[in-house]
Amino acid sequence: MENSSIIFIEGMTKRFPVGRGFFTALNQISLSFSEGEFAGLVGPSGSGKTTLLNIIGSLDMPTEGKTLVMDKSISELTHKQAAKLRNRYLGFIFQTYNLFPVYTVFENVEFPLLLLKMPVSERKKAVMDALDWVGLTDKINSKPAQLSGGESQRVAIARAMVKKPIIVLADEPTANLDSANSHNILQTMERLNKELKTTFIFATHDEKVINYLHRQISLEDGKVVNDETVRSKISSN
Amino acid sequence: MMALKLALRNLFGAGLRTWLNVIVLSFSYVIIIWYQGLIDGWNLQARRDMIAWEIAGGQYWQKNYDPYDPFTLENSHSRIPAGLSDNNTAPLLISQGTIYPEGRIQAVLLKGIRKDQQVIRIPSDKLIVENGEIPVIIGTRMAKNNKLETGDYLTMRWRDVNGTFDATEVRIAAIFKTDVPTIDNGQIWLSLEHLQKMLQLEGEATLIITGPELAGTKAFSGWDFKSQDFLLADLDQIIKQKSIGGSVMYILLLMLAMLAIFDTQVLSIFRRQKEIGTFVALGMTRGQVVKLFTVEGGLISVLAAMAGAVYGIPLLILQHHEGYAMPYETDDLGITIAEKIYPTYSLGLIAGTIVVIMITATIVSYMPARKIAKMNPTDAIKGKIQ
Repeated sequence: MENSSIIFIEGMTKRFPVGRGFFTALNQISLSFSEGEFAGLVGPSGSGKTTLLNIIGSLDMPTEGKTLVMDKSISELTHKQAAKLRNRYLGFIFQTYNLFPVYTVFENVEFPLLLLKMPVSERKKAVMDALDWVGLTDKINSKPAQLSGGESQRVAIARAMVKKPIIVLADEPTANLDSANSHNILQTMERLNKELKTTFIFATHDEKVINYLHRQISLEDGKVVNDETVRSKISSN
Repeated sequence: MMALKLALRNLFGAGLRTWLNVIVLSFSYVIIIWYQGLIDGWNLQARRDMIAWEIAGGQYWQKNYDPYDPFTLENSHSRIPAGLSDNNTAPLLISQGTIYPEGRIQAVLLKGIRKDQQVIRIPSDKLIVENGEIPVIIGTRMAKNNKLETGDYLTMRWRDVNGTFDATEVRIAAIFKTDVPTIDNGQIWLSLEHLQKMLQLEGEATLIITGPELAGTKAFSGWDFKSQDFLLADLDQIIKQKSIGGSVMYILLLMLAMLAIFDTQVLSIFRRQKEIGTFVALGMTRGQVVKLFTVEGGLISVLAAMAGAVYGIPLLILQHHEGYAMPYETDDLGITIAEKIYPTYSLGLIAGTIVVIMITATIVSYMPARKIAKMNPTDAIKGKIQ
């Protein structure tokens, strides 16, 4: 299992200091993800899904247990190594889009490629391809403030996908979107999952997202209470 | 290179916020350079005027002469050496005296100078004898303080070499305007021949001003050569004091500018924490983030130098040509100040100011940027850091 997984978690616990004690956000989590999954961490607020997503994304460290992402142990990574891991293999999509307000759409999507030091011509092509995937080639010179919520999240998807990462981590990506836009971006992500074999892991409690998932991992009070493979109720095809 | 590209993108993207910072910092560049240029111009002018009006190439002092002790004047005179009597010298005989302008008593220094001398700019050629009167010339400060005008007559009293008091009436032949108060306030200039006769010191002098060709080339028994550097030492001391004052101003202006940058950077960290968290999430290392913010701060100082050059160069050139009119009161300060000071801007001053501001701005940007490195990216992404 460990060898074929791109993410392997075993007996992982995360505690946060609170006053003189600790709050256990994740308790003895054991999970694994394979390439090309379209999975979601589902549960109410405070169940630990964002914390788990942050640890997988090497933005946070587990307190105990084993967490391997692309065969790299998260708890043993230096800041530099963690940055390298995110840079090469991971894409992030946030609830509030987190676009850079002073950059244009093109520059926002281009940003991860600058960190990869990709040559200009390749970079331009990759950015245009990514914007083509999300249908925003006509907005390349717009600033985030000129975009609607749905367009902003599509830019965020293009930014996450532009370097063709192995894993995309999406934290409540539809929380700020209306129903039509939610379906639109979920269909886009599902299509990219199929076409590029990118693994998508969502943290969500939004029913619209849950309906698209192929695997649902239910969390409650920091524990996995259910992990099941489901047939997507809605499909882009 | 990437940091530079991103920093430029961030700065230009931020628009008005960047330009406000740039303009404020550019004021610092221009004001610091103008202020230092003014002091440098003043220094240069003061040295030039003192050399032109008082010091020339240097002075031979009679061995007993001490300008800070008027009691030595009685014994500070000797025969002018043969080698120091040509046109390239201006022997001065100095004595104490008293004048009685409008019935008041005023102690003065009597200075005898050769009429035909051309070593210093004192208009000694105005000491033309008419109708057997003794002509004297004075400076504008002396004239103003004693309410004297050209053509006025004045009773002057002195004591000769034997200690005998004598007095005569002299005529103000001319009033000269000089920036050097040490040859003006409380001084009466008359011809060397007259003063020598009055003091019964024919052929003698207290000091001999020399042209640059002769300066210190020969030694004369009983006379000590005082170089330009020695004679300008007091002025240099004043300049040094002014420079300290100037440095305080320089540091204050610099600190104000740096405070603005520091403040902007600190505000940026908190306002842009979500952006910083996203940078980290997308794969930037902490070092790269620190570098980016430091470069941003450094670039503000580069842009400010460019903006400052746009309006500063014409303004500074205009000041250099038109000069800065000093207030009337500065005439009474007792130091060499021209009516107008023409700022001078050396390459060292300009380059030095630019380099100092750029380095300081970069350091000041680096300090808050280091804080970024300690941010928890998960909190930063959500904008939770207080």
